Amino acid sequence: MLFLEQTLNALQLGLMLFLIAAGLTLVFGIMDLVNLAHGSFYMLGAYVAATVAAKSGSFAAAFLVALAAAAGVGMLVEWLLLRRVYGRGHLSQVLVTFALILIANETVRWIWGANPIDMGVPRSLAGSVALAPGLSYSEYRLAIIVAGLALAAALFWMVNCTRLGIWIRAGASNRDMARALGVDTSRLFTLVFGLGAALSAFAGAMLGPILSVQVGMGEAIIILAFVVVVIGGIGSVRGALLGSIVVAAVDTYGRAFLPSALGAFLPLDIATHLGPGLSQVSIFVLMAAILFFRPRGLMPATG
Amino acid sequence: MKLGATWWFGIVAVVLLVLLPPIASFTQQEFYIGVATRVLAYAIAVSSLNLVLGHGGMLSLAQGSLLGAGAYTTAILTVEATKDVTFLPGATSAWITWPAAMLVGALLGLAIASISLRTRAIFFLMITLAFNQMLYYLFFSMKVYGGDDGLGMAARSDLLPGLALENDTVFFYVALALFAIFTFVQHRLVHSRFGRVLEGIRINEPRMQALGFDTYRYKLVCFAIGGAGSGLAGALLANKNLFVSPGLLDWLQSGTLLVMTILGGVGQLWGGLLGAAAYLVIEELLSAYTQRWQIGLGVALIAVTLYAPRGLGALFVPRRP
Repeated sequence: MLFLEQTLNALQLGLMLFLIAAGLTLVFGIMDLVNLAHGSFYMLGAYVAATVAAKSGSFAAAFLVALAAAAGVGMLVEWLLLRRVYGRGHLSQVLVTFALILIANETVRWIWGANPIDMGVPRSLAGSVALAPGLSYSEYRLAIIVAGLALAAALFWMVNCTRLGIWIRAGASNRDMARALGVDTSRLFTLVFGLGAALSAFAGAMLGPILSVQVGMGEAIIILAFVVVVIGGIGSVRGALLGSIVVAAVDTYGRAFLPSALGAFLPLDIATHLGPGLSQVSIFVLMAAILFFRPRGLMPATG
Repeated sequence: MKLGATWWFGIVAVVLLVLLPPIASFTQQEFYIGVATRVLAYAIAVSSLNLVLGHGGMLSLAQGSLLGAGAYTTAILTVEATKDVTFLPGATSAWITWPAAMLVGALLGLAIASISLRTRAIFFLMITLAFNQMLYYLFFSMKVYGGDDGLGMAARSDLLPGLALENDTVFFYVALALFAIFTFVQHRLVHSRFGRVLEGIRINEPRMQALGFDTYRYKLVCFAIGGAGSGLAGALLANKNLFVSPGLLDWLQSGTLLVMTILGGVGQLWGGLLGAAAYLVIEELLSAYTQRWQIGLGVALIAVTLYAPRGLGALFVPRRP
């Protein structure tokens, strides 16, 4: 039963990671842009959603406003600033997006203050359901899984079955060729950046009620999203999904079962401290191992 | 006189730094001796990263963890020396703890680079970031050495009898001497055969391979030297603050070191000092006026990246080929 519950937790984390990583991998793959500040949209989504939810009492409104705000800010930042650094090499991109992190964190601290915000689970989803005898699971977490699955399906449909999706795949596979064949890449870049920002903000808004909404939350999760992107292969949405599930499984099972496994041959207090750290370390060991054998990730998008 | 401006800048900078403690104590501003020591420690770390990035052409986000590992090495050895029962033989002598920090930095750098260098460009950036986080969580979960609470040191390392590092002015001059030695070594290294080969690799690696150079090995050694420098900087910082915490290894720390490198000028001999000084002085000045100094810093950083990508060091030397 514990295992089943942790599997659901892993699925939930994996789907949210996927929403963040999908935007990141598309921006990577299509614009060749290293965006360290992608986590800031996640943070923005959580803050905006928490504020709107507290003011209006409606979670639906909160999510919509968070999505719109992040998409708007994302497209504005792309249009004003980031399109200037596309051709400038990764060093400039790292610096500019690092500067964006500093600006975003300080601005959020300015508007909302330095203390974490407690968003609270929506009342209609506050209970838990019995999925099986002996296994009751939080309704809200189930809702996250359902929403994550729905959004992932919509994203796959968009990438695989729409004209925008064809452009995106063409751009990820060969940017110059797509441009030569008449894709308006500059508009495509802005759209994709806005889409990525919105997906990331959605994850932030969904996770807001079960995490604490605070400055720095973006930097904590963006590293995992980078690992997902690199494991999956840059520019590949399918790879991002696979990578998300793998990373979430390692993280969740590691946290849940490593301490007791270590406890078998180590003193208990050492094992409880070492376990979570080791599960984090194992994610990066996994990534290093995958890159060692498959230097371009599991499912690279470029030809 | 191609080197003229670089030499003059160095002489002026060193003279100013030597005069700083007497001026500071004369004007009752001893606080700035500590700030300057921090600048020098960071300058060594930034110069190390400059060697890796500016000369080796490797965009690494692992430098912060190497600095942190050096700091932890010094702190752990110092703490172990005061315990009765120990895992490790402790030491309080700077002649042991500081070289140990450099050794740990170099070995970790060697290990990280040996795997990371199998990948290119963006993957290299990501895998060094992953190693940075690995080390971060390693120290984060080492409860024996404070875990996320950090680890305090009772006293600074012993250098020589009669030369107490507890005195901030003495410690400043020691840091200055180390920085001068490090910069001299860096200068000799860059202009040695090794440095020229590295420069060639940075500009065109396939051509250097075609000429028969084992480019992997050159980059590996370069990364390890950078690790040793970062370890030394970490040892100095641990001694300066008498405290180390996993925050030193956070990836934002690696990002900050990159920012300092760019501010100072990639591949410039004095870029490390200029970058560290510019960043930390901006931090001190802006934070005195406003709590929101990071916004100003971010805007300044974007402006430098877009409009002056060669950094402050470029003001003193002609454009490189």
